[in-house]
Amino acid sequence: MSTTDPARTDLGFTDPDPRRGGPLDRLPAIVIPVVSVLLAFAIGGILIWLQGVNPFQAYYVLFSNALGTTEGLLRVMQKSTPLILTGLAVTVGLRAGLFNIGAQGQLLVAALGTAWAGYNFQMPMVLHIPVALVFGMLCGAAWASIAGALRAYRSVSEVITTIMLNSIAIALVDYLASEPFKEPDQPLTRTPEIAPTAMLPTFGIVPSGFLIAIVVAIVFGWLLSRTTQGFRFNTVGLNPSAARYAGISVKGTILLAMAVSGALAGMGGAIETLGVTGRFEPAFNAGLGFDGITIALLARANPIATIPAAILIGTLRSGAAALQFQTGIEPEVVDVILAITLLLVSAPIVARLLFRKRNIKQTQVTQGWGS
Amino acid sequence: MRARYAYALAIIIGIAIVVCFFLDEIRTVSVLSFSLRYAVPLILAAMVGIVCERSGVINIGIEGQMLMSAFAGFFGAAVTGNLILGTLIGIGTGMIMGAFLATGAVTWKMDQIIAGTVINILAVGLTSFFYVQGQVLPGNTPIVAIPLLSDIPLAGPVLFNNGLFTYAAVAIPLILWVLLFKTRWGLRTRAVGEKPSAADTSGVGVDPMRFWNVTIAGALAGMAGAYLAIEAAGTFERGFTAGRGFTALAIMIFGAWNPIGALAAAFFFGLTQGLASQLQADEVIAIPQQFINMLPYVLTIVLLAVVSGRIKPPSAVGRPYEKD
Repeated sequence: MSTTDPARTDLGFTDPDPRRGGPLDRLPAIVIPVVSVLLAFAIGGILIWLQGVNPFQAYYVLFSNALGTTEGLLRVMQKSTPLILTGLAVTVGLRAGLFNIGAQGQLLVAALGTAWAGYNFQMPMVLHIPVALVFGMLCGAAWASIAGALRAYRSVSEVITTIMLNSIAIALVDYLASEPFKEPDQPLTRTPEIAPTAMLPTFGIVPSGFLIAIVVAIVFGWLLSRTTQGFRFNTVGLNPSAARYAGISVKGTILLAMAVSGALAGMGGAIETLGVTGRFEPAFNAGLGFDGITIALLARANPIATIPAAILIGTLRSGAAALQFQTGIEPEVVDVILAITLLLVSAPIVARLLFRKRNIKQTQVTQGWGS
Repeated sequence: MRARYAYALAIIIGIAIVVCFFLDEIRTVSVLSFSLRYAVPLILAAMVGIVCERSGVINIGIEGQMLMSAFAGFFGAAVTGNLILGTLIGIGTGMIMGAFLATGAVTWKMDQIIAGTVINILAVGLTSFFYVQGQVLPGNTPIVAIPLLSDIPLAGPVLFNNGLFTYAAVAIPLILWVLLFKTRWGLRTRAVGEKPSAADTSGVGVDPMRFWNVTIAGALAGMAGAYLAIEAAGTFERGFTAGRGFTALAIMIFGAWNPIGALAAAFFFGLTQGLASQLQADEVIAIPQQFINMLPYVLTIVLLAVVSGRIKPPSAVGRPYEKD
């Protein structure tokens, strides 16, 4: 049981209403993530410099390739879409006091389910896209609900179960894509291509999946801060026993939060299948779920802020290939930059440097081994 | 009362092993040896979890600590051309990663699970960025047969004919059990993990105790990583630890935060994996390889669901200590 007083916390995300408090109270919530990202870039720059490449040139190559051309912009939007959604998935969990490390597995299961619905069903486009999308989201929600149910009814920590479910999902989709759902008569481990009626359209250079993700993020921003259900999530997350006294079903809220979290991660996988890959291949979707954790913490569990955080990470990810091609720097430098960003936003290092506070209270998001 | 079931299960498994040994000596020894080798990193990693959680700190970053140590140990051994030096570098790296978690979770009082997750993500990033292909170890670790003991049938070839890491992995839980339950350090550690305010009142420094325990436990994670890279595989690949650090946490819970319980649980995990592989190889069962790979993870979830609520974690685990 966490004994946190929300008013004392540093990671601003326990106070869902930014209008409360004076302007100076809100400042750290914006300054700390920005300074953290800049510092991470500086450390990444040192690593690049140690490899014998001018870091300014390397970052120029990275960003100009990602943002300077139409194909680059399209790719950034495509990459950012599942990141916004996995970031939201982690955010919704954090708000309800759950740490969903399983966005990766939920996304994989959903991507495969969506592909199956995409090539198996024959129906007109107006029906096929929503059916395939919802089917994928249900797969993600079901996968996450295993962890949700174990947490709610058996007090098993969702942290371990979602990690285990990630590994199980990787093996399961690999099996399904190599045996029962495999594209016949060719050697690759992948499903058949989805029907043209299930393909998400692109408006000009803007993929419709990207627009969907932004709308979903805004809707969740409203849901979590302005509705009764959002209040229930926040209350259970901050203080489960107070929630119980207030008549909120803690078990029900945990189940719902985990299912919604899985559905969001699943939506990320579904849009990836319907809008980008057009089929399921096990190797396509690696690492998206873990970026979701970085995004959620960078955005301080604020749904609207996941949009810029995800676009930043999507830009880094899509520029990394050009970085390797033009300067020889390993694309994994992006992983290092993101890990340092995560460290700086979640540890009170930057806050200590900038605001000279000695006793900064850290938000306790998780609930230990569940009790 | 719960322990009765565990003892019964252990006796049944023991009898089954002896029966199998008389039916098919070679296969039984090979399955058991496989199980033990599979269990070694899990045992060591579970000990990390036990030391940390008995002191009140959740260590979800064991996976990352092992990955960094496996990386540093392997490349340390490859560059210096010395396996012992490589192992020491691996163990040292584990301690640095332990101190890292201790700084976040104890000194800064970060959310402990987030602090551990940061370690995991940082380890994946750093080890993939600095990964170099084509490095090889200067040699293999020796197999040390213990005289006389290694001639005992069944137990000899399985237990007393191993690499040094394996002996360490069997000995450390026994030593740790004595340390935890029979020494002053153990009593203080458990007090800090169960009732930190009481420990504080009686003059035990809660945060220093937690800090040093988490740091020293990191050395065991370093050992687990060094074992994987130097003794077990003889190589290093990206994402090399494959979730063992998390499985170890389940083993810790399944062993009721008791070093000897965790030792038995880890061996049980190894046994299921060894049996499944053997049956697969003999074509007794025809299950796709992916399902064999899933087995430890499914087993973890099932066991956690079964034992949860019956086994209690140290009561202060997961909560930074704040003086009133």
